[in-house]
Amino acid sequence: MTDPADLTIADAGARLRAGELTAVDLLDAVRRRASMTEAILHAYLTIDHAGASEAAAEADAALARGEDRGPLHGIPVALKDNMVTRGVETTASSRILAGWVPPYDATVVQRLRAAGAVIYGKTNLDEFAMGSSTENSAYGTSRNPWDPDRVPGGSSGGSAAAVAVGSAFGALGSDTGGSIRQPAALCGVVGMKPTYGLVSRYGLIAFASSLDQIGPLGRTVEDAAMLFEAITGYDPFDATSSPGPVPAVRASLDGGVDGLRIGVLSELASEGVEPSVAAAFHDTLDRLGAAGATIEEVSLPTTKHALSAYYLIAPAECSANLARFDGVRYGPRIDGPNVEQMMAATRRDGFGPEVTRRILLGTYALSAGYYDAFYGQAQRVRTLVVREFAAAYERFDALVTPTSPTTAFPVGARADDPLAMYLSDVCTIPSNLSGDPAISVPVGLDESGLPIGFQVLGPALGDDTVFRVARTVESLVGFAARPALATSEGAV
Amino acid sequence: MPVEIDIARVARLARIALTDEELEHYGAQLTGILEHASTVQGLPTEGVEPTAHPLGMVNGWRDDEPGATLDRDEVLAAAPDHEDGYFRVPPFLDE
Repeated sequence: MTDPADLTIADAGARLRAGELTAVDLLDAVRRRASMTEAILHAYLTIDHAGASEAAAEADAALARGEDRGPLHGIPVALKDNMVTRGVETTASSRILAGWVPPYDATVVQRLRAAGAVIYGKTNLDEFAMGSSTENSAYGTSRNPWDPDRVPGGSSGGSAAAVAVGSAFGALGSDTGGSIRQPAALCGVVGMKPTYGLVSRYGLIAFASSLDQIGPLGRTVEDAAMLFEAITGYDPFDATSSPGPVPAVRASLDGGVDGLRIGVLSELASEGVEPSVAAAFHDTLDRLGAAGATIEEVSLPTTKHALSAYYLIAPAECSANLARFDGVRYGPRIDGPNVEQMMAATRRDGFGPEVTRRILLGTYALSAGYYDAFYGQAQRVRTLVVREFAAAYERFDALVTPTSPTTAFPVGARADDPLAMYLSDVCTIPSNLSGDPAISVPVGLDESGLPIGFQVLGPALGDDTVFRVARTVESLVGFAARPALATSEGAV
Repeated sequence: MPVEIDIARVARLARIALTDEELEHYGAQLTGILEHASTVQGLPTEGVEPTAHPLGMVNGWRDDEPGATLDRDEVLAAAPDHEDGYFRVPPFLDE
Protein backbone atom coordinates (compact mmCIF):
# COMPACT_ATOMS: atom_id res chain seq x y z
CA MET A 1 0.00 0.00 0.00
CA THR A 2 1.04 3.57 -0.64
CA ASP A 3 2.67 5.32 2.28
CA PRO A 4 -0.06 7.71 3.51
CA ALA A 5 2.52 10.54 3.42
CA ASP A 6 2.42 10.33 -0.38
CA LEU A 7 -1.33 10.87 -0.65
CA THR A 8 -2.83 14.14 -1.77
CA ILE A 9 -4.99 16.04 0.69
CA ALA A 10 -8.00 15.03 -1.39
CA ASP A 11 -7.10 11.30 -1.27
CA ALA A 12 -6.15 11.36 2.40
CA GLY A 13 -9.48 13.02 3.21
CA ALA A 14 -11.39 10.39 1.25
CA ARG A 15 -9.64 7.55 3.12
CA LEU A 16 -10.22 9.28 6.42
CA ARG A 17 -13.95 9.47 5.74
CA ALA A 18 -14.03 5.87 4.48
CA GLY A 19 -12.52 4.77 7.81
CA GLU A 20 -9.39 3.36 6.14
CA LEU A 21 -7.09 5.81 7.91
CA THR A 22 -7.29 8.04 10.97
CA ALA A 23 -5.91 11.52 11.50
CA VAL A 24 -3.44 9.95 13.92
CA ASP A 25 -2.28 7.63 11.09
CA LEU A 26 -1.74 10.64 8.83
CA LEU A 27 0.25 12.42 11.51
CA ASP A 28 2.34 9.28 12.10
CA ALA A 29 3.06 9.08 8.37
CA VAL A 30 4.26 12.69 8.31
CA ARG A 31 6.40 12.05 11.39
CA ARG A 32 8.04 9.01 9.80
CA ARG A 33 8.75 11.00 6.67
CA ALA A 34 10.22 13.89 8.66
CA SER A 35 12.42 11.52 10.65
CA MET A 36 13.80 10.16 7.34
CA THR A 37 14.43 13.50 5.72
CA GLU A 38 14.89 16.28 8.25
CA ALA A 39 18.55 15.58 9.02
CA ILE A 40 19.33 16.48 5.41
CA LEU A 41 16.56 18.89 4.41
CA HIS A 42 16.07 20.95 7.57
CA ALA A 43 12.66 22.04 6.33
CA TYR A 44 11.41 22.65 9.87
CA LEU A 45 12.52 25.02 12.60
CA THR A 46 10.04 23.71 15.19
CA ILE A 47 7.86 20.60 15.28
CA ASP A 48 4.92 20.82 17.67
CA HIS A 49 4.66 17.16 18.65
CA ALA A 50 2.32 17.64 21.59
CA GLY A 51 0.01 20.12 19.86
CA ALA A 52 -0.17 18.03 16.69
CA SER A 53 -0.91 14.81 18.60
CA GLU A 54 -3.68 16.49 20.50
CA ALA A 55 -5.17 18.05 17.36
CA ALA A 56 -5.06 14.72 15.46
CA ALA A 57 -6.76 12.84 18.31
CA GLU A 58 -9.36 15.59 18.50
CA ALA A 59 -9.94 15.43 14.73
CA ASP A 60 -10.56 11.67 14.99
CA ALA A 61 -12.91 12.14 17.93
CA ALA A 62 -14.83 14.85 16.08
CA LEU A 63 -15.24 12.66 13.01
CA ALA A 64 -16.45 9.81 15.20
CA ARG A 65 -19.12 12.19 16.53
CA GLY A 66 -20.15 12.92 12.97
CA GLU A 67 -18.54 16.35 13.01
CA ASP A 68 -16.77 16.98 9.67
CA ARG A 69 -15.06 20.36 9.39
CA GLY A 70 -14.32 20.07 5.69
CA PRO A 71 -11.55 19.03 3.31
CA LEU A 72 -8.67 19.78 5.72
CA HIS A 73 -10.19 17.85 8.62
CA GLY A 74 -7.41 15.74 10.17
CA ILE A 75 -4.79 16.78 7.60
CA PRO A 76 -1.27 17.60 8.92
CA VAL A 77 -0.02 20.90 7.50
CA ALA A 78 3.00 23.14 8.04
CA LEU A 79 3.29 26.89 8.56
CA LYS A 80 6.10 29.17 7.53
CA ASP A 81 7.62 30.41 10.76
CA ASN A 82 6.65 34.03 10.15
CA MET A 83 3.02 33.26 11.07
CA VAL A 84 2.53 33.52 14.79
CA THR A 85 1.28 30.50 16.72
CA ARG A 86 0.04 30.74 20.26
CA GLY A 87 2.28 28.76 22.59
CA VAL A 88 4.72 27.67 19.85
CA GLU A 89 8.03 29.48 19.32
CA THR A 90 7.96 31.78 16.29
CA THR A 91 11.23 33.36 15.13
CA ALA A 92 10.87 34.23 11.42
CA SER A 93 14.36 32.63 11.25
CA SER A 94 15.86 35.60 13.07
CA ARG A 95 18.07 35.68 16.14
CA ILE A 96 16.22 38.83 17.19
CA LEU A 97 13.13 36.70 17.95
CA ALA A 98 14.98 33.70 19.41
CA GLY A 99 12.80 32.03 22.02
CA TRP A 100 9.73 34.20 21.41
CA VAL A 101 6.49 32.37 22.16
CA PRO A 102 3.55 34.40 20.80
CA PRO A 103 0.52 35.01 23.01
CA TYR A 104 -1.92 34.72 20.07
CA ASP A 105 -2.61 32.91 16.79
CA ALA A 106 -2.47 34.56 13.37
CA THR A 107 -5.87 34.65 11.65
CA VAL A 108 -4.74 32.01 9.12
CA VAL A 109 -3.77 29.75 12.01
CA GLN A 110 -7.18 30.20 13.65
CA ARG A 111 -8.82 29.40 10.32
CA LEU A 112 -6.77 26.27 9.73
CA ARG A 113 -7.58 25.04 13.22
CA ALA A 114 -11.28 25.79 12.68
CA ALA A 115 -11.09 23.80 9.42
CA GLY A 116 -9.82 20.80 11.40
CA ALA A 117 -6.25 20.90 10.07
CA VAL A 118 -3.48 19.50 12.27
CA ILE A 119 -0.61 21.98 12.56
CA TYR A 120 2.51 19.85 12.55
CA GLY A 121 5.27 22.46 12.68
CA LYS A 122 6.89 25.71 11.67
CA THR A 123 9.04 25.76 8.58
CA ASN A 124 12.34 27.42 7.81
CA LEU A 125 12.58 30.62 5.76
CA ASP A 126 14.97 33.37 4.84
CA GLU A 127 15.16 35.70 7.85
CA PHE A 128 11.96 37.79 7.92
CA ALA A 129 11.18 36.32 4.47
CA MET A 130 14.00 38.31 2.85
CA GLY A 131 15.67 36.10 0.29
CA SER A 132 15.23 33.65 -2.55
CA SER A 133 17.12 30.62 -1.27
CA THR A 134 16.43 30.04 2.47
CA GLU A 135 20.18 30.54 2.98
CA ASN A 136 19.49 33.68 5.01
CA SER A 137 17.99 31.75 7.94
CA ALA A 138 19.76 32.33 11.25
CA TYR A 139 19.14 28.65 12.03
CA GLY A 140 20.76 27.03 9.00
CA THR A 141 19.72 26.66 5.37
CA SER A 142 17.12 24.23 4.10
CA ARG A 143 18.00 21.91 1.22
CA ASN A 144 16.24 21.02 -1.99
CA PRO A 145 14.73 17.51 -1.80
CA TRP A 146 15.59 16.88 -5.47
CA ASP A 147 19.28 17.59 -4.84
CA PRO A 148 20.45 18.47 -1.33
CA ASP A 149 23.44 20.38 -2.75
CA ARG A 150 20.96 22.91 -4.10
CA VAL A 151 18.73 25.51 -2.50
CA PRO A 152 14.97 24.93 -2.15
CA GLY A 153 14.33 28.52 -3.21
CA GLY A 154 12.92 31.09 -0.90
CA SER A 155 11.85 32.59 1.16
CA SER A 156 9.25 29.85 1.82
CA GLY A 157 11.90 27.18 1.14
CA GLY A 158 11.09 25.08 4.20
CA SER A 159 7.39 24.95 3.35
CA ALA A 160 8.10 23.95 -0.26
CA ALA A 161 10.62 21.27 0.74
CA ALA A 162 8.28 19.79 3.37
CA VAL A 163 5.40 19.54 0.90
CA ALA A 164 7.62 18.09 -1.85
CA VAL A 165 9.02 15.40 0.41
CA GLY A 166 5.82 14.52 2.26
CA SER A 167 6.68 15.77 5.73
CA ALA A 168 3.50 17.88 5.40
CA PHE A 169 0.45 17.37 3.18
CA GLY A 170 0.30 21.08 2.47
CA ALA A 171 1.73 24.28 3.84
CA LEU A 172 1.32 28.01 4.01
CA GLY A 173 3.96 30.42 2.79
CA SER A 174 4.11 34.17 2.36
CA ASP A 175 4.88 35.92 -0.91
CA THR A 176 6.29 39.46 -1.05
CA GLY A 177 8.19 39.15 -4.33
CA GLY A 178 7.65 35.52 -5.25
CA SER A 179 8.45 33.77 -1.98
CA ILE A 180 5.70 31.16 -2.41
CA ARG A 181 5.90 30.64 -6.17
CA GLN A 182 9.67 30.52 -6.69
CA PRO A 183 10.36 27.82 -4.03
CA ALA A 184 7.29 25.91 -5.25
CA ALA A 185 8.84 25.92 -8.75
CA LEU A 186 12.28 24.89 -7.48
CA CYS A 187 10.83 22.05 -5.37
CA GLY A 188 8.28 20.74 -7.89
CA VAL A 189 5.07 21.63 -6.04
CA VAL A 190 2.17 24.03 -6.57
CA GLY A 191 2.40 27.45 -4.90
CA MET A 192 -0.15 30.25 -5.11
CA LYS A 193 -0.24 33.93 -4.17
CA PRO A 194 -3.88 35.04 -3.78
CA THR A 195 -5.13 38.51 -4.73
CA TYR A 196 -3.78 41.00 -2.19
CA GLY A 197 -6.33 41.41 0.59
CA LEU A 198 -8.06 38.04 0.24
CA VAL A 199 -6.03 36.49 3.06
CA SER A 200 -5.69 38.28 6.38
CA ARG A 201 -2.16 39.29 7.29
CA TYR A 202 -3.03 39.61 10.99
CA GLY A 203 -0.33 37.66 12.80
CA LEU A 204 1.98 37.51 9.79
CA ILE A 205 5.28 39.07 10.84
CA ALA A 206 5.36 41.93 8.34
CA PHE A 207 8.12 42.39 5.76
CA ALA A 208 6.66 44.85 3.20
CA SER A 209 3.02 45.40 4.03
CA SER A 210 1.72 46.58 0.66
CA LEU A 211 3.25 43.51 -1.05
CA ASP A 212 3.01 40.66 1.52
CA GLN A 213 0.39 38.00 0.98
CA ILE A 214 -0.05 34.59 2.63
CA GLY A 215 -0.87 31.69 0.32
CA PRO A 216 -0.93 27.90 -0.01
CA LEU A 217 1.56 25.28 -1.20
CA GLY A 218 0.31 21.82 -2.16
CA ARG A 219 1.32 18.80 -4.19
CA THR A 220 -1.61 19.34 -6.55
CA VAL A 221 -3.60 22.34 -7.72
CA GLU A 222 -6.69 20.91 -6.02
CA ASP A 223 -4.85 20.62 -2.69
CA ALA A 224 -3.69 24.23 -2.98
CA ALA A 225 -7.29 25.25 -3.76
CA MET A 226 -8.54 23.53 -0.59
CA LEU A 227 -6.03 25.43 1.51
CA PHE A 228 -6.90 28.66 -0.30
CA GLU A 229 -10.59 28.27 0.53
CA ALA A 230 -9.82 27.58 4.18
CA ILE A 231 -7.74 30.72 4.73
CA THR A 232 -9.41 33.39 2.58
CA GLY A 233 -12.12 35.81 3.63
CA TYR A 234 -12.60 39.16 5.35
CA ASP A 235 -10.92 39.76 8.69
CA PRO A 236 -11.68 42.91 10.70
CA PHE A 237 -8.25 42.55 12.37
CA ASP A 238 -6.51 43.42 9.07
CA ALA A 239 -7.33 46.90 7.72
CA THR A 240 -6.19 45.82 4.23
CA SER A 241 -8.49 42.79 4.22
CA SER A 242 -10.86 42.72 1.25
CA PRO A 243 -14.52 42.88 2.32
CA GLY A 244 -15.95 41.47 -0.92
CA PRO A 245 -16.72 37.89 -1.85
CA VAL A 246 -13.89 35.39 -2.36
CA PRO A 247 -13.75 33.65 -5.77
CA ALA A 248 -14.99 30.05 -5.54
CA VAL A 249 -11.84 28.43 -6.87
CA ARG A 250 -12.60 24.75 -6.37
CA ALA A 251 -15.93 24.91 -8.15
CA SER A 252 -14.30 26.15 -11.35
CA LEU A 253 -11.13 24.03 -11.28
CA ASP A 254 -12.11 21.70 -14.09
CA GLY A 255 -13.48 24.35 -16.46
CA GLY A 256 -10.60 23.88 -18.90
CA VAL A 257 -9.08 26.56 -21.13
CA ASP A 258 -11.20 26.25 -24.26
CA GLY A 259 -11.88 29.78 -25.48
CA LEU A 260 -9.57 31.45 -22.94
CA ARG A 261 -7.19 34.13 -24.19
CA ILE A 262 -3.73 33.64 -22.71
CA GLY A 263 -0.95 36.22 -23.09
CA VAL A 264 2.75 35.31 -23.01
CA LEU A 265 4.67 38.11 -21.26
CA SER A 266 7.44 38.63 -23.76
CA GLU A 267 9.72 40.64 -21.43
CA LEU A 268 9.75 37.86 -18.85
CA ALA A 269 9.56 34.76 -21.01
CA SER A 270 12.82 35.14 -22.93
CA GLU A 271 15.79 37.04 -21.48
CA GLY A 272 17.96 35.05 -19.08
CA VAL A 273 15.72 31.98 -19.19
CA GLU A 274 17.65 28.68 -19.18
CA PRO A 275 17.08 26.56 -22.32
CA SER A 276 15.50 23.67 -20.40
CA VAL A 277 13.09 26.06 -18.66
CA ALA A 278 12.24 27.73 -21.98
CA ALA A 279 11.65 24.34 -23.63
CA ALA A 280 9.26 23.16 -20.91
CA PHE A 281 7.51 26.55 -21.00
CA HIS A 282 6.94 26.45 -24.76
CA ASP A 283 5.86 22.83 -24.68
CA THR A 284 3.22 23.77 -22.10
CA LEU A 285 2.07 26.68 -24.27
CA ASP A 286 1.62 24.28 -27.20
CA ARG A 287 -0.52 22.00 -25.05
CA LEU A 288 -2.67 24.89 -23.84
CA GLY A 289 -3.12 25.96 -27.47
CA ALA A 290 -4.13 22.44 -28.48
CA ALA A 291 -6.64 22.42 -25.61
CA GLY A 292 -8.43 25.41 -27.12
CA ALA A 293 -6.75 28.47 -25.59
CA THR A 294 -5.70 31.37 -27.80
CA ILE A 295 -2.00 32.04 -27.17
CA GLU A 296 -0.52 35.40 -28.08
CA GLU A 297 2.59 37.37 -27.10
CA VAL A 298 2.05 40.57 -25.15
CA SER A 299 4.60 43.22 -24.27
CA LEU A 300 4.39 45.07 -20.94
CA PRO A 301 7.47 47.29 -21.16
CA THR A 302 7.34 48.59 -17.57
CA THR A 303 7.68 45.08 -16.13
CA LYS A 304 11.40 45.40 -17.01
CA HIS A 305 11.59 48.09 -14.33
CA ALA A 306 9.43 46.25 -11.80
CA LEU A 307 12.49 44.69 -10.17
CA SER A 308 14.11 48.10 -9.62
CA ALA A 309 10.90 49.58 -8.21
CA TYR A 310 10.51 46.53 -5.95
CA TYR A 311 14.02 46.85 -4.53
CA LEU A 312 13.18 50.38 -3.42
CA ILE A 313 9.60 49.79 -2.19
CA ALA A 314 10.16 46.52 -0.32
CA PRO A 315 13.22 47.68 1.66
CA ALA A 316 11.52 51.00 2.45
CA GLU A 317 8.54 49.21 3.96
CA CYS A 318 10.82 46.67 5.65
CA SER A 319 12.86 49.40 7.34
CA ALA A 320 9.65 50.79 8.84
CA ASN A 321 8.17 47.40 9.81
CA LEU A 322 11.36 46.09 11.39
CA ALA A 323 11.74 49.18 13.57
CA ARG A 324 9.61 47.27 16.10
CA PHE A 325 12.49 44.87 16.78
CA ASP A 326 14.33 47.01 19.25
CA GLY A 327 14.95 44.89 22.34
CA VAL A 328 12.04 46.39 24.28
CA ARG A 329 9.01 44.12 23.94
CA TYR A 330 10.25 40.70 22.81
CA GLY A 331 13.36 38.77 21.94
CA PRO A 332 16.83 39.11 23.40
CA ARG A 333 18.41 42.44 24.37
CA ILE A 334 22.01 43.61 24.26
CA ASP A 335 22.46 46.07 27.10
CA GLY A 336 23.74 49.59 26.56
CA PRO A 337 24.23 52.77 28.57
CA ASN A 338 21.18 54.46 27.04
CA VAL A 339 18.16 53.33 25.11
CA GLU A 340 19.53 54.29 21.70
CA GLN A 341 22.73 52.32 22.18
CA MET A 342 20.78 49.37 23.61
CA MET A 343 18.59 49.33 20.51
CA ALA A 344 21.47 49.76 18.07
CA ALA A 345 23.48 46.96 19.72
CA THR A 346 20.44 44.65 19.91
CA ARG A 347 19.63 45.22 16.26
CA ARG A 348 23.23 44.81 15.14
CA ASP A 349 23.43 41.50 16.97
CA GLY A 350 19.93 40.30 16.09
CA PHE A 351 19.70 40.89 12.34
CA GLY A 352 21.58 38.89 9.73
CA PRO A 353 23.38 40.47 6.76
CA GLU A 354 20.50 40.42 4.25
CA VAL A 355 18.05 42.00 6.69
CA THR A 356 20.64 44.59 7.70
CA ARG A 357 21.29 45.38 4.03
CA ARG A 358 17.60 45.88 3.28
CA ILE A 359 16.94 47.98 6.37
CA LEU A 360 19.84 50.24 5.39
CA LEU A 361 18.64 50.40 1.78
CA GLY A 362 15.12 51.28 2.89
CA THR A 363 16.26 53.80 5.46
CA TYR A 364 18.31 55.53 2.77
CA ALA A 365 15.45 55.46 0.24
CA LEU A 366 13.12 57.05 2.80
CA SER A 367 15.56 59.62 4.18
CA ALA A 368 15.27 63.35 3.63
CA GLY A 369 16.49 64.43 0.23
CA TYR A 370 16.12 60.99 -1.36
CA TYR A 371 12.53 60.10 -0.56
CA ASP A 372 11.00 61.47 -3.74
CA ALA A 373 13.79 60.44 -6.11
CA PHE A 374 13.77 56.83 -4.93
CA TYR A 375 10.67 55.81 -2.97
CA GLY A 376 8.20 58.27 -4.51
CA GLN A 377 9.40 57.52 -8.01
CA ALA A 378 9.26 53.76 -7.37
CA GLN A 379 5.63 54.07 -6.24
CA ARG A 380 4.82 56.02 -9.42
CA VAL A 381 6.49 53.33 -11.52
CA ARG A 382 4.36 50.86 -9.60
CA THR A 383 1.31 52.73 -10.86
CA LEU A 384 2.57 52.25 -14.41
CA VAL A 385 2.96 48.51 -13.79
CA VAL A 386 -0.58 48.32 -12.35
CA ARG A 387 -1.97 50.17 -15.39
CA GLU A 388 -0.13 47.98 -17.89
CA PHE A 389 -1.45 44.84 -16.25
CA ALA A 390 -4.99 46.23 -16.12
CA ALA A 391 -4.81 47.05 -19.83
CA ALA A 392 -3.48 43.57 -20.62
CA TYR A 393 -6.36 41.98 -18.72
CA GLU A 394 -8.79 43.75 -21.02
CA ARG A 395 -7.40 41.60 -23.82
CA PHE A 396 -6.40 38.46 -21.95
CA ASP A 397 -7.98 36.19 -19.34
CA ALA A 398 -4.57 35.18 -18.00
CA LEU A 399 -0.87 35.87 -18.57
CA VAL A 400 1.92 33.32 -18.35
CA THR A 401 5.69 33.23 -17.78
CA PRO A 402 8.22 30.74 -16.46
CA THR A 403 8.09 31.02 -12.64
CA SER A 404 11.86 31.24 -12.28
CA PRO A 405 14.35 31.80 -15.11
CA THR A 406 16.48 28.94 -13.74
CA THR A 407 16.04 25.70 -11.86
CA ALA A 408 17.42 25.31 -8.32
CA PHE A 409 20.93 26.73 -8.01
CA PRO A 410 23.70 25.31 -5.81
CA VAL A 411 23.87 26.32 -2.15
CA GLY A 412 26.24 29.29 -1.90
CA ALA A 413 26.20 30.11 -5.63
CA ARG A 414 24.53 33.51 -5.29
CA ALA A 415 25.08 34.15 -1.61
CA ASP A 416 27.74 36.84 -2.10
CA ASP A 417 26.05 38.63 -4.96
CA PRO A 418 22.82 40.31 -3.81
CA LEU A 419 21.99 41.57 -7.30
CA ALA A 420 22.23 38.10 -8.86
CA MET A 421 20.03 36.76 -6.06
CA TYR A 422 17.48 39.53 -6.59
CA LEU A 423 17.25 38.58 -10.27
CA SER A 424 15.86 35.17 -9.16
CA ASP A 425 12.52 36.92 -8.67
CA VAL A 426 12.27 38.85 -11.92
CA CYS A 427 9.21 36.89 -13.14
CA THR A 428 7.32 36.85 -9.87
CA ILE A 429 7.76 40.42 -8.61
CA PRO A 430 5.44 42.24 -11.06
CA SER A 431 2.28 40.63 -9.65
CA ASN A 432 3.25 41.64 -6.12
CA LEU A 433 3.42 45.24 -7.31
CA SER A 434 0.03 44.90 -9.02
CA GLY A 435 -1.53 42.87 -6.18
CA ASP A 436 -2.91 40.35 -8.65
CA PRO A 437 -3.11 36.59 -8.06
CA ALA A 438 -0.50 34.21 -9.47
CA ILE A 439 0.32 30.51 -9.24
CA SER A 440 3.23 28.23 -10.06
CA VAL A 441 2.62 24.69 -11.27
CA PRO A 442 5.35 22.12 -12.04
CA VAL A 443 5.71 21.20 -15.73
CA GLY A 444 8.81 19.05 -15.97
CA LEU A 445 12.39 18.36 -14.99
CA ASP A 446 15.59 19.72 -16.52
CA GLU A 447 18.51 17.54 -17.66
CA SER A 448 19.76 17.36 -14.04
CA GLY A 449 16.38 16.17 -12.79
CA LEU A 450 15.42 19.50 -11.22
CA PRO A 451 11.82 20.77 -11.35
CA ILE A 452 10.63 23.55 -13.66
CA GLY A 453 7.69 25.83 -12.79
CA PHE A 454 5.09 27.43 -15.06
CA GLN A 455 3.50 30.64 -13.79
CA VAL A 456 -0.07 31.77 -14.45
CA LEU A 457 -1.06 35.36 -13.61
CA GLY A 458 -4.59 36.70 -13.50
CA PRO A 459 -6.45 39.94 -12.83
CA ALA A 460 -7.38 41.04 -9.30
CA LEU A 461 -10.00 38.64 -7.89
CA GLY A 462 -9.38 36.33 -10.87
CA ASP A 463 -8.02 33.70 -8.48
CA ASP A 464 -10.49 31.20 -9.93
CA THR A 465 -9.05 31.73 -13.41
CA VAL A 466 -5.44 31.20 -12.34
CA PHE A 467 -6.40 28.02 -10.47
CA ARG A 468 -8.38 26.80 -13.45
CA VAL A 469 -5.56 27.40 -15.95
CA ALA A 470 -3.08 25.80 -13.53
CA ARG A 471 -5.34 22.76 -13.11
CA THR A 472 -5.52 22.43 -16.88
CA VAL A 473 -1.73 22.68 -17.19
CA GLU A 474 -1.38 20.03 -14.48
CA SER A 475 -3.67 17.61 -16.30
CA LEU A 476 -2.17 18.32 -19.74
CA VAL A 477 1.43 17.90 -18.58
CA GLY A 478 0.83 15.11 -16.09
CA PHE A 479 3.82 15.97 -13.91
CA ALA A 480 3.89 13.21 -11.29
CA ALA A 481 7.57 12.89 -10.39
CA ARG A 482 8.54 13.01 -6.72
CA PRO A 483 12.00 13.49 -5.26
CA ALA A 484 13.83 10.20 -4.70
CA LEU A 485 14.80 11.25 -1.18
CA ALA A 486 11.19 10.87 -0.13
CA THR A 487 10.37 7.49 -1.49
CA SER A 488 13.40 5.27 -1.94
CA GLU A 489 14.36 3.16 1.06
CA GLY A 490 17.86 3.84 2.21
CA ALA A 491 18.19 7.08 0.30
CA VAL A 492 18.74 8.88 3.55
CA MET B 1 23.72 56.92 -12.34
CA PRO B 2 26.31 57.49 -9.56
CA VAL B 3 24.90 57.32 -6.05
CA GLU B 4 26.36 59.07 -2.99
CA ILE B 5 25.62 57.43 0.35
CA ASP B 6 26.58 58.65 3.82
CA ILE B 7 26.38 55.11 5.13
CA ALA B 8 27.28 56.01 8.73
CA ARG B 9 24.32 58.41 8.87
CA VAL B 10 22.02 55.78 7.37
CA ALA B 11 23.11 53.20 9.95
CA ARG B 12 22.50 55.68 12.75
CA LEU B 13 19.01 56.48 11.42
CA ALA B 14 18.32 52.74 11.22
CA ARG B 15 19.56 52.23 14.80
CA ILE B 16 22.07 49.55 13.84
CA ALA B 17 25.54 49.79 15.43
CA LEU B 18 27.96 48.75 12.68
CA THR B 19 31.75 48.63 12.72
CA ASP B 20 33.76 50.71 10.24
CA GLU B 21 34.48 47.58 8.25
CA GLU B 22 30.80 46.68 8.08
CA LEU B 23 29.89 50.21 7.08
CA GLU B 24 32.30 50.04 4.17
CA HIS B 25 30.99 46.62 3.12
CA TYR B 26 27.31 47.62 3.20
CA GLY B 27 28.05 51.00 1.68
CA ALA B 28 29.61 49.39 -1.37
CA GLN B 29 26.75 46.90 -1.75
CA LEU B 30 24.10 49.59 -1.39
CA THR B 31 25.79 51.72 -3.99
CA GLY B 32 25.69 48.83 -6.47
CA ILE B 33 22.03 48.01 -5.77
CA LEU B 34 20.96 51.66 -5.90
CA GLU B 35 22.77 52.29 -9.17
CA HIS B 36 20.78 49.39 -10.60
CA ALA B 37 17.53 50.50 -8.98
CA SER B 38 17.97 54.13 -10.01
CA THR B 39 16.93 53.20 -13.56
CA VAL B 40 13.44 54.02 -12.29
CA GLN B 41 14.51 57.67 -12.13
CA GLY B 42 14.68 57.84 -15.90
CA LEU B 43 11.09 56.75 -16.47
CA PRO B 44 8.52 59.37 -17.42
CA THR B 45 6.04 59.60 -14.54
CA GLU B 46 4.90 63.20 -14.70
CA GLY B 47 1.32 63.42 -13.48
CA VAL B 48 1.32 59.77 -12.37
CA GLU B 49 -0.04 59.21 -8.86
CA PRO B 50 2.01 56.89 -6.65
CA THR B 51 0.46 53.54 -5.71
CA ALA B 52 0.60 52.81 -2.00
CA HIS B 53 -1.93 49.98 -2.03
CA PRO B 54 -2.38 47.76 -5.07
CA LEU B 55 -6.15 47.58 -4.94
CA GLY B 56 -6.84 51.20 -3.97
CA MET B 57 -8.92 50.27 -0.96
CA VAL B 58 -10.16 52.81 1.56
CA ASN B 59 -9.48 52.61 5.26
CA GLY B 60 -11.56 50.18 7.29
CA TRP B 61 -13.16 51.57 10.42
CA ARG B 62 -14.68 49.78 13.36
CA ASP B 63 -16.90 51.06 16.12
CA ASP B 64 -14.95 52.60 19.00
CA GLU B 65 -15.85 49.94 21.51
CA PRO B 66 -13.41 48.18 23.82
CA GLY B 67 -12.85 44.52 22.99
CA ALA B 68 -10.63 41.68 24.09
CA THR B 69 -6.91 42.47 24.23
CA LEU B 70 -3.80 40.41 24.84
CA ASP B 71 -3.15 39.44 28.44
CA ARG B 72 -0.68 41.92 29.97
CA ASP B 73 1.25 39.39 32.03
CA GLU B 74 1.59 37.09 29.05
CA VAL B 75 2.91 39.91 26.87
CA LEU B 76 5.31 41.17 29.52
CA ALA B 77 6.61 37.64 30.05
CA ALA B 78 8.10 37.78 26.54
CA ALA B 79 9.93 41.07 27.16
CA PRO B 80 13.62 41.18 28.08
CA ASP B 81 12.89 43.36 31.10
CA HIS B 82 9.76 44.66 32.82
CA GLU B 83 8.71 46.22 36.11
CA ASP B 84 5.36 47.05 37.71
CA GLY B 85 3.41 46.14 34.58
CA TYR B 86 5.61 48.21 32.23
CA PHE B 87 8.42 47.47 29.80
CA ARG B 88 11.69 48.58 31.35
CA VAL B 89 14.43 50.19 29.24
CA PRO B 90 17.75 51.94 29.94
CA PRO B 91 17.71 55.76 30.35
CA PHE B 92 16.78 57.80 27.30
CA LEU B 93 19.31 60.52 28.12
CA ASP B 94 22.92 60.21 29.18
CA GLU B 95 23.65 61.63 32.62
